[in-house]
Amino acid sequence: MNAEVLPIKTAAETALVEAFASEKARLPGGREVAARREAAFRRFEASGLPHRRMEEWKYTDLRTLMRDAKPLAGPPDQTRPAPPAIADALPGIDAHRVAIVNGAYAPAWSDLAGADPGVALIDLFAWIADNLTAYQELIAQENDIATALNTAFVTGGVVLRVKKDACIGKPIHLAYALTGDTPAAMFPRTIVVVEPGAQVTLIETFDGPAGLDYQVNAALALAVGDGAKVERIKIGRDGTAALHISTVMTTIGAKANYRELTFTTGGAVTRNQLFLRCAGDASNVWIGGANLIKDRQHVDSTLVIDHAARGCESREMFKSVLDGESRAVFQGKIIVRPGAQKTDGKMMTRALLLSDKAEADNKPELEIFADDVQCGHGATAGQLDENLLFYLKARGIPAKEAEALLIQAFVGEAIDGIGHVGLRETLNGRVAAWLEARG
Amino acid sequence: MLEIKNLRVTVDGREILKGLDLSVSKGEVHAIMGPNGSGKSTLAHVLAGKEQYEVTGGSVTFEGVDLLALAPDERAAKGIFLAFQYPLEIPGVTTMNFLRTALNAQRKKRHEQELTAPEFIKRIREAAGKLGIDQEMLRRPVNVGFSGGEKKRNEILQMALLEPKLAVLDETDSGLDIDALKVVADGVNRLRSPERASIVITHYQRLLDHIVPDIVHVLSKGRIVRTGGKELALELEAKGYAGYQDEAA
Repeated sequence: MNAEVLPIKTAAETALVEAFASEKARLPGGREVAARREAAFRRFEASGLPHRRMEEWKYTDLRTLMRDAKPLAGPPDQTRPAPPAIADALPGIDAHRVAIVNGAYAPAWSDLAGADPGVALIDLFAWIADNLTAYQELIAQENDIATALNTAFVTGGVVLRVKKDACIGKPIHLAYALTGDTPAAMFPRTIVVVEPGAQVTLIETFDGPAGLDYQVNAALALAVGDGAKVERIKIGRDGTAALHISTVMTTIGAKANYRELTFTTGGAVTRNQLFLRCAGDASNVWIGGANLIKDRQHVDSTLVIDHAARGCESREMFKSVLDGESRAVFQGKIIVRPGAQKTDGKMMTRALLLSDKAEADNKPELEIFADDVQCGHGATAGQLDENLLFYLKARGIPAKEAEALLIQAFVGEAIDGIGHVGLRETLNGRVAAWLEARG
Repeated sequence: MLEIKNLRVTVDGREILKGLDLSVSKGEVHAIMGPNGSGKSTLAHVLAGKEQYEVTGGSVTFEGVDLLALAPDERAAKGIFLAFQYPLEIPGVTTMNFLRTALNAQRKKRHEQELTAPEFIKRIREAAGKLGIDQEMLRRPVNVGFSGGEKKRNEILQMALLEPKLAVLDETDSGLDIDALKVVADGVNRLRSPERASIVITHYQRLLDHIVPDIVHVLSKGRIVRTGGKELALELEAKGYAGYQDEAA
């Protein structure tokens, strides 16, 4: 990577340096944590914000897209009722809620009452205090600049543990939100450990005020134990002016089953990056994405699927619907390590352009170092099929409805990959609402 | 019912229909036969409202209404149905959902009560049963992975359910074996009534053994060049289209 030191700092880089200098004494954690923050910030300083000459950030040039840095969001007043961004984040879905507001755990707005005894939840910094070595080992694996910024500024979060062989009936809903009416930044970090044989559905929602140019840099470390079964659904519904960077670092154990779907309609600039490692043999992984964007929205889905064990199967299915002058970026890399024989990896990304000014950039990559594997990828970008539209219209379906039906079917292929029926309905409803708003 | 006068149609800058006249009355079944490239499919698509086909002259009235002024979905609601020669696959949309959306959209446009889910299911099950279509097929995405015969059968199912006043069948017989051909023919014959009409477009006579037409037309080089009774189809089968291609050239 040509992460050369850039002599001229952008306004955002300068502001980040100033913010770190003034805030670091007040950030949570002891001396050891402060040292980790310092080291991570130095890594950021050495390279600056990710930019287009770094291959991984080619299409999402943060030096241009991130105009400035916002002050850290202050703690919300939890004596008041939970804000709608938390309370109404997921209507109709029966789930245990864990609220993470303005970058920190908000216990008063969380609802783990009656949660399964198989679930243990603790505040991030309470956990770090007792597990410093584990925390250091975790962050030692990071080599991405956006994640380094999270490590430097991390303001709070939770550590969730699903105990061995526990089968959690209700989904656990991690509800992230930024509240307030002044532009601010939040750096939440969540650690989820699903122990061997356990089963759980995790839902993450991100909400924030429309029109407010706030910034989110969220990190999630997820360990899926041997034989565990995990489904994770992330719903990005940030405000229209928000900058959202989310990094997910996932390790999959042997014979585990992991499915995830990232569904994005919000935010001005969104970068969803996933670093997933199949660490144990014979796991099964399905990664889906659905983006519906318009105006000048920019959504980047970047994933690295690292097959480091034998006989794992991974599937990626990404769908983007683009209106206005929006832009969707897909960068998917499948790595097959030496010895990861019998790997079966297939990646598909498809973009549907509803406007002449929308843009889709698809960059699938394969890096294969084993000889007995099956890997493939496909990418398409196109408009709605005129002949198909005519077929529907000739049956009496009006043009707008015919388009909506085809778009819903297009996105539905990704949504249908998740198992939770209620969430599928919720997301299909959000697709319908998005189409309705499109007019 | 349908009056086509001096219809001229251009596709991609080439004139395909060059002054076509056709009159169809209620209760009639018309067959349109002709060599490849004579404009049979163009006529079918123009009646259904395909946007890429440019009408440069003439008129089409359907029950007194200027058909050419209507959008494809409005024509469907008025009772025009085109059975496609190559039915399209619609991934992600089940036949059930597709047909319910279509039928209710038509009913809404006609100011009729939309059907509830149970009412619709009852109807589609009946229609599918008559055509020997498996219930499982209704829950699958429209035409995805269907054989040629299954696709054609699905077209006839759609026709049976939508109960058009004027059905236009565009070479529905092409690529069908004899059993599938009979299913298609039965579907068309079942819709025959003094209130409805059909236009059966075909290259071959064999479909007309099963759907006996009242009137047979020969289309050549964008015009109807000959009209007769059902015996005309037999004559064409025996002699071929060679004479018509020469005649029009």
